[in-house]
Amino acid sequence: MKVLIDQDRCCGAGSCVLAAPEVFDQREEDGIVALLDPTPDESQRALVDDAVSRCPAAAISVVE
Amino acid sequence: MTETMAAPPFPMQRQCPFHPPQEISDLRDSAAPISRMTFPSGDEGWLLTRHTDIRSVLTDSRFTVRNRRFLFAKNQQDPPPMRRGMLLSMDAPEHPAYRKLLTREFTVRRMQHLRPRIQQIVDEHLDAMAAKGGVVDLVEELALPVPSLVICELLGVPYADRDHFQSVTVDLLRLDTPPERRLAAVEEFNQYLAVLVRTKRLDPGEDLLSDLIARADAGEELIDDEVLVSFAFLLLVAGHETTANMIGLSTAVLLENPDQLDLLKNKPELADKAVEELLRYLTIIHLGLQRSALEDVEIGGHLIKAGEIVALHVSGANFDPALLEDAERLDITRQPVAHLTFGFGPHQCLGQQLARMELRVVFSTLFERFPTLELAAPLAEIPFRSDMAIYGVHKLPVRW
Repeated sequence: MKVLIDQDRCCGAGSCVLAAPEVFDQREEDGIVALLDPTPDESQRALVDDAVSRCPAAAISVVE
Repeated sequence: MTETMAAPPFPMQRQCPFHPPQEISDLRDSAAPISRMTFPSGDEGWLLTRHTDIRSVLTDSRFTVRNRRFLFAKNQQDPPPMRRGMLLSMDAPEHPAYRKLLTREFTVRRMQHLRPRIQQIVDEHLDAMAAKGGVVDLVEELALPVPSLVICELLGVPYADRDHFQSVTVDLLRLDTPPERRLAAVEEFNQYLAVLVRTKRLDPGEDLLSDLIARADAGEELIDDEVLVSFAFLLLVAGHETTANMIGLSTAVLLENPDQLDLLKNKPELADKAVEELLRYLTIIHLGLQRSALEDVEIGGHLIKAGEIVALHVSGANFDPALLEDAERLDITRQPVAHLTFGFGPHQCLGQQLARMELRVVFSTLFERFPTLELAAPLAEIPFRSDMAIYGVHKLPVRW
């Protein structure tokens, strides 16, 4: 699984950090999403899917 | 369908104080999840009740937030010109540019750094409550002062001025506030904040407002005194009353659901999940959000015409069986779902991580400190806030 983020769309709500803290973080300077792990282990899949569904800006996608 | 007959009135009467009106669930699940409605203001528009429809409107740039008619107040005057920096009334591209000035202040990590101070504030208020004894009003002792003090410290607003901003907030949120009083309350509060900004410029502190002033003075182009006042207004008003009502209402619903309360008492590590479920279940933005169409848009087989209002019943949507099973049951062990309590799309609540942190600290502490806490009045005598734009309890008498 490969995680893609769109920093231009991100509105800094932080839902992804709550959902999958090992994969997502927020940049110190503006709160925009930062990717900690672009190819997370399969064990993170449910958490990443949760982050995708809770992101208010549709800024996260997953490709296989 | 014919649209010549007047649309039915917006359902506002709750059968259970913790659930949205039954008519809303009926519209969502059977008859007409997208339907014409007449609002208390006299405006006619559309009411949307399904989770998926509401999410699609909130992420669709063909809908604007700029329509500032308050659908639940009668005899409205035209609102004054919009102040710059009022995020709730701005569309893209201005909105994300202004919002981005604040997002770094409300990240998950920033809020984690605040946790010890929030814990200290909660502990001090629970100590005071314990010392008082007897029957106390939990709103007055805990629910209102904790978020008020936290947002005051964060922003750099003197907590001693709380009577002022709390009374302005009540004027703004009462559904029956006369329109001239609503405008006067806004104007008076803006003047207070303008003085505060000037004072802080001369004598800055270690707080958000002082930081923003410093950024403005250092040449951050979008920020000027008008924007600083707008930001302060929004953060102060939105930052205390919402969380205060979540604390009051959540305590009431937990006390009325002893099986869930026992789970929380026995497993305090459930606090995070419990907070997410309480947010989904109680939805203090109980009358919903509103947008209006910038062009003709088709949703679910209905044509929303340019200029028409859509009201989005986020409370009904949080009980949508398409979002989760058994939605009408409070279950603090649930996996969190994409509830709409903080809204959705680019306007989703800026302060949501602060709200979550305050609620987590309160609900991992309150019942540990007062394991025998109980309501000191029957539920029927609790004054619920059906008369306010933000739902909750006016008072919550408790004893232990």
